[in-house]
Amino acid sequence: MTDLTPLEAEIAAAVGAAGDLSDLEAVRVAALGKTGRISALLKTLGAMSAEERKQMGPLINGLRDRAADLINARKADLEAAALDAQLANETVDLTLPPAPRRKGGVHPTMQVMDELVAIFAEMGFSVAEGPDIETDFNNFTALNFPPKHPAREQHDTFFFQPGPDGERRLLRTHTSPVQVRAMNLAGGKPPASWIAAGREPPIRIVVPGRTYRKDSDQTHTPMFHQIEGLVIDRAVHMGHLKWTLETMLARFFETDVVTTRFRPHHFPFTEPSAEMDVGCDRSGGELKIGQGADWLEILGCGMVHPNVLRHCGLDPDIWQGFAFGCGVDRLAMLKYGVPDLRDMFAADTRWLAHYGFSAFTAPNPASGLS
Amino acid sequence: MKFTLSWLKDHLETDASVSEIVAAMTMAGLEVEHVTDPAAKLAAFSVARIVSTARHPNADKLQVCQVDTKDGRLEIVCGAPNARPGLTTVFAPVGTYVPGLDVTLTPREVRGVVSNGMLCSAAELQTADESDGILELPDDLPVGAPAAEALGQEAVIDFEVTPNRPDWLGVAGIARDLAAAGVGTLKDLPVAPVPGTFPCPIDIVVDGDACPVFAGRLIKGVRNGPSPQWLQDRLRAIGLNPRSALVDITNLISYDRARPLHVYDASLLVGERIQARLGQVNPSHEADGHEHEHLIALDGKTYTLTPEMCVIADAGGERPIGLGGVMGGESTACSDTTTDVFVESAWFDPIRTAQTGRDTGISSDAQYRFARAVDPDSCLPGLELATRLILDLCGGEPSEVKVAGQPPAPPAAITFDPAYVRRLAGLDISADRIADILTRLGFKVDGALVTPPSWRRDVQGKADLVEEVARIAGYGELPSTPLPEAPYPVGGVLTARQARMRVGRRALAAYGYQECVSWSFTSRATAQAFGGGAAELVLANPIASELDCMRPSILPNLMEAAGRNARRGFPDLALFEIGPVFTSDRPDGQKTAVSAVVAPHPPRHWAKGGADALFALKGDVLALLEELGIPMANLQTFQGQCASWWHPGRSAALGLGPKKILVEFGELHPAALKRLGVEGPMLGFELMLDELPEPKRKAVKTRPAYAASALMPLTRDFAFVMDRHSPAGDLVRAAVGADKTLVDDVRVFDVYEGPGVPDGSKSVAIEVRLQPTDKTLTDAEIEAVAGRIVAAAEKVGGRLRG
Repeated sequence: MTDLTPLEAEIAAAVGAAGDLSDLEAVRVAALGKTGRISALLKTLGAMSAEERKQMGPLINGLRDRAADLINARKADLEAAALDAQLANETVDLTLPPAPRRKGGVHPTMQVMDELVAIFAEMGFSVAEGPDIETDFNNFTALNFPPKHPAREQHDTFFFQPGPDGERRLLRTHTSPVQVRAMNLAGGKPPASWIAAGREPPIRIVVPGRTYRKDSDQTHTPMFHQIEGLVIDRAVHMGHLKWTLETMLARFFETDVVTTRFRPHHFPFTEPSAEMDVGCDRSGGELKIGQGADWLEILGCGMVHPNVLRHCGLDPDIWQGFAFGCGVDRLAMLKYGVPDLRDMFAADTRWLAHYGFSAFTAPNPASGLS
Repeated sequence: MKFTLSWLKDHLETDASVSEIVAAMTMAGLEVEHVTDPAAKLAAFSVARIVSTARHPNADKLQVCQVDTKDGRLEIVCGAPNARPGLTTVFAPVGTYVPGLDVTLTPREVRGVVSNGMLCSAAELQTADESDGILELPDDLPVGAPAAEALGQEAVIDFEVTPNRPDWLGVAGIARDLAAAGVGTLKDLPVAPVPGTFPCPIDIVVDGDACPVFAGRLIKGVRNGPSPQWLQDRLRAIGLNPRSALVDITNLISYDRARPLHVYDASLLVGERIQARLGQVNPSHEADGHEHEHLIALDGKTYTLTPEMCVIADAGGERPIGLGGVMGGESTACSDTTTDVFVESAWFDPIRTAQTGRDTGISSDAQYRFARAVDPDSCLPGLELATRLILDLCGGEPSEVKVAGQPPAPPAAITFDPAYVRRLAGLDISADRIADILTRLGFKVDGALVTPPSWRRDVQGKADLVEEVARIAGYGELPSTPLPEAPYPVGGVLTARQARMRVGRRALAAYGYQECVSWSFTSRATAQAFGGGAAELVLANPIASELDCMRPSILPNLMEAAGRNARRGFPDLALFEIGPVFTSDRPDGQKTAVSAVVAPHPPRHWAKGGADALFALKGDVLALLEELGIPMANLQTFQGQCASWWHPGRSAALGLGPKKILVEFGELHPAALKRLGVEGPMLGFELMLDELPEPKRKAVKTRPAYAASALMPLTRDFAFVMDRHSPAGDLVRAAVGADKTLVDDVRVFDVYEGPGVPDGSKSVAIEVRLQPTDKTLTDAEIEAVAGRIVAAAEKVGGRLRG
């Protein structure tokens, strides 16, 4: 009978001494390989008597299993140590900054334009547009500005040189000429597919766009943006106008209560005409919109003048309605606290980063406007 | 325009405070711009009387005064030399802020004597710049009366008048509206005619076109000179400089009744006739430039008179002595030596007066009023009022009144159903109240007929009457009525173009571009350099010479903006704008561009490398086009055909065909940058939104059934050698087209020039992905596809690299 104990101790010592996976593999081959010492012992079993085999078989097989376990355990340890060493070698300094990424943004005027369109879309208004270069007729005459009337002078109009047809075109001073284009059924096919033309009443549109007046200071720029509203129906009256604007302002300024005030005013193209003020608080040096002791003029509006309806081929005894117009840049300034209108058009990257909006904040009623 | 509270009270019986009046004006449609209320500043100061004075025990120059004040008799220390028993002056109690000293009074001892307040000088109240001692007021003033009132310091209300309401350019007109709005009672101040004592020796002739009606009279033997203090004070309070009694009277009536007048020194008139006619042209003097008449006006300036202007002339109609309704002439101006005065009260056409104002640049009080239409019926009352005041202040003897011409027809009656107030304004108001409001405003209500007064020529229809009623009833009474529900458009409210502008804006913002908004104009020179600058797009009256032309492209604006940012120290940026560009002055000449510039100055970073800026830009453009719904498979690149402001070798156009270019992109030409004074390099693109094909509106939103292949795709690499100037894009298109069913994707993974590749050639390596459709490909099938790819490559000049 062979004593297997020294062999087992020898193998165990060799496994323990194996410093890496290849050493260990050599130990495994020497013990368990085809010509390994345990394999050799197993081969001797065939030549043994049944009794001897019955005694020695379990011993040799046991030795083989324990040796294999020992080797596998050692292998797992060595692999783990090797991985640890490799990972330790792969360390990077994550306090370093990432590659700089340019941050884009949406201009506040355009953001506010989107907010207003979202508000009016919910009230059933669609969006109409018209050209920036207009005729004197659409910008003034059809809107009931008598020729040479002082009301025209208040508009500080930009003119072009008279063309070969003798007509002097101009840059629209307000978005109101689009009212004329939208209502004028006799106007025929629009000159371009995006330009509003001849809609049958009832009409419910808003008109966002660029407008121009020859003026420049902290609150005036030669170009600015307006949004115009027009509702034409059979029985729409000033009370509807008031509700529409109150609702719009409450939703726009995103406060539960916005106090508003209607004041009589004069616009040639509306009768009666009004200006709307919102309540505000200037105490503490900061302008708070909504409530307070002061009033801030916010827009002009009124019932569409019968002469304007007539110019567009609508019978004022059948159709009536309201129109309003407000400065979009100014609304953006009020809501988001922009102090100087001129900065809106200066394209200063720092200003744009400060006042701009993320691409992913498209206004919608579910998430709130801003 | 401005007025004072006391002036208003000449026409309005009221106890209303300044703030109540301002509120009522605002709600009647008069926009109050500013209120100066000295009464507020002087509220704590009141009238007091010195009873006795005694020398201060410890100071030579001080007196200890016993003073009767609103708070009883008080002991007050005063240093003013004019403090004396019986003097009526102004007292400030302890706790008062004294504006002229900028201190608040505290009870304090003055050299051992307690002073219970202060006696004040005009300078301390800031009613004068300097003063010698304490105020000396009339002895009949009661102790305790407000100092502001005693000093004649009163509120001045400054307001804006809309062009439709010339009647508000007189205090009487404002009083009328305030009375109608319930703020007081209008005082009836009829102007009694002053009978003339002799026929007017000066004849008046009008050319109806130039001046419809002209009334006048001579007043002999007047004494001109400074007007009385009350008149000077009244004019000064609203910012007018007193001149002489005769001129001050006309200014007073202009502001009191919105009735401008003119006074001529009759001794300086040539001939016995005044004529109102149009300007004359003498063509025979065209050669020497003297064909036009000229006038030296009261402002000392010489004006050229045109046939569009109303000229007042004497000397048989030959000598211009005034521009009717605008400004008088220097030659016949009244002075302190004037003894005979001819008073003009006429009516000039609003449009002509407005035009004359524009042409001459004169904006006088008279021009401002006549341009907005003065009440024609005020000619005679205005003349009589002026006569009365001249006789009262300057003496003299009036002639009879002479009138030439006819005033314009009075406003026509309007048929008015009171129910229209409810229909148009939504206002529930009784017919009686409607009639009452209109009557208070001077309208004549006769059953269903309403006739506006002569001063309300702006009221022409029933909507105007609704405004009058609503305004006086108060806009606060208007209901707030929800709009009827409107059917919500199922497809949304935006047109495809509007929706694309939104998508483009949000996409570019997400790609790291900052949206800006720049002027729609540029300089004509810049416009010409960027393909525009047509004469029809040049502004006749630009705000600045460098902004005189509508832009043909957004690019120059963005390039200049990038340059400005760089000069401020921020050279690394990407800007975009979505807005109009102009190819003509017609509506269809306005296009919408989506444009961007990138200044590729990436900051230094510890990890080097990064994508090539030009191809990063191309990637952004392609991603944008895909977001905008362009059929990307049909997109073609055209190189070497871009506009002159692009780098000829580093720019290209993308389009759906050579005639259907959508966007140009690339590096901007160094010469274009230099022209704008901007440092390069700079990249950019300009996409013409109107050129994009209309997206197909599908009735059904469901997408085609999803059918992903269960078969593994496989890839094959090819390297081709081609001329170094041949476009690699052709090779990619050739490979894609070699087998449209199997070739799924082609990628360029290497472009190489150098050893191993012949001179003048490049090697382009592509990876082709094949996607089997119905069964796994056999080697033979794969070889067949590869053969087709090689053959296709050869057609575009690519030889398989051995």
